[in-house]
Amino acid sequence: MNLYTFSSPVNFYHLSGKLIPWFTGLAILFTAVGLYISFFVAPTDFQQGEAYRIIFIHVPAAWMSMFIYLVMAFWGAIGLAFNTRMSFMMARALAPTGALFTFLALWTGAWWGKPMWGAWWVWDARLTSELILLFLYVGIIALWAAIDDVKRGDRAGALLTLIGAINIPIIYFSVKWWNTLHQGASINLMKAPTMAKTMLIGMLVMAFAAWFYTLAVAFMRVRGIILERERQSEWVKAILEKD
Amino acid sequence: MGRFLLAVLRRDLTLAARRRGDWLIAQFFFVMTASLFPLGVGPEPEMLARIGPGVLWVAATLASLLSLSRLFADDHHDGSLEHMVLSPEPTVLLVLGKSLAHWLIYGIPLLLIAPVLGIQFNLPWDAILTLEISLLLGTPILSLLGAVGAALTLGLRGGGVLLTLLILPLYVPALIFGAGAVDGVMAGTGAQAHLSLLGAFMVLSLMIAPWIAAAALRVSLE
Repeated sequence: MNLYTFSSPVNFYHLSGKLIPWFTGLAILFTAVGLYISFFVAPTDFQQGEAYRIIFIHVPAAWMSMFIYLVMAFWGAIGLAFNTRMSFMMARALAPTGALFTFLALWTGAWWGKPMWGAWWVWDARLTSELILLFLYVGIIALWAAIDDVKRGDRAGALLTLIGAINIPIIYFSVKWWNTLHQGASINLMKAPTMAKTMLIGMLVMAFAAWFYTLAVAFMRVRGIILERERQSEWVKAILEKD
Repeated sequence: MGRFLLAVLRRDLTLAARRRGDWLIAQFFFVMTASLFPLGVGPEPEMLARIGPGVLWVAATLASLLSLSRLFADDHHDGSLEHMVLSPEPTVLLVLGKSLAHWLIYGIPLLLIAPVLGIQFNLPWDAILTLEISLLLGTPILSLLGAVGAALTLGLRGGGVLLTLLILPLYVPALIFGAGAVDGVMAGTGAQAHLSLLGAFMVLSLMIAPWIAAAALRVSLE
């Protein structure tokens, strides 16, 4: 057994099968603790009232949305460079969760913005780049959906993820600059008042919950992809006959 | 290498010269999309001058996408694309030549039409001049990045719409810097910063996009 053991689909299938219950359990545990902290322990914000509590969902979702894209780009690059099948499967398994978190970040952002700014949506730099990130996810998923050939789809998706990853910082700074020049909303998110320690802890716990949730569902999805792609092999037939 | 690039360029330009209708469509699309906006938002000259740069830039990106879906499709259809990729010459140069030809066929006429539309939108002369410079720097970005999308969606059903979905988010910086330069001139803050960034983005696209597009082309043809 070495580093490459789990780059083979059959080994990874069994490993992820063993890991999923743990990750699911940890995700539930962290969500429960995180929600308890966010609703009962964290103090009411003196400026924003109770409505600020949505950031316990919003911020971890926004973190995950960006982090998952980077992980996808990483697996895409590894797959293109070393021609490893598992990397592409991981990228495919992560994309729907990434799009989900992006959507969640936008949605909870709107819910947070309405009581704070009095508007569901402002063309703030972060909101706009998050929206463009959602477009990138949708584009990648649409490309995979349009290509029937597995090998071509994997590589095309990886290339698109990569060029998107190169472009994301440029998009972010261009949007940020565009926003400051246009003088749209006069609210500066960067100057948020320093956070109470319990708030930060609550947010970190929720971030771990999002992390373990992502691992659990991505592994479930990747097991489905493995079974679909390796359906000709003996070990899959053995598994399917057993169940 | 230079001869190969020139040969690709000459071939695409000859093909475009023989089929004028193909590339005129994109130009008329540009004119029509831009002309629809005054009908939609009303003819007040101040407002038109306010939205003009953005509208013209958005129309230019959409027009480029319209013509990009055919960048590799025709050669793929008759099989000549595979031979060009199989040839000992580097695929990067093939992609670069085709992007360059696309820019000459689509970007240059656009540059010639844009001032007329600028007058329609009541833009002052210095703004029109900046619009020209920003389009001169920006339209190569559209051709270069668009080549990646055209290579990725080669031969797919609904490829044209899919191309739009994939590439439009990547066009955002070009749109912001391009339209921002013209806005800057009109607001009196100057256009130099925007134009410098647009130029930098163009150079970056020139260095990266042909390689990714060449890889995508090989993936699509496998």
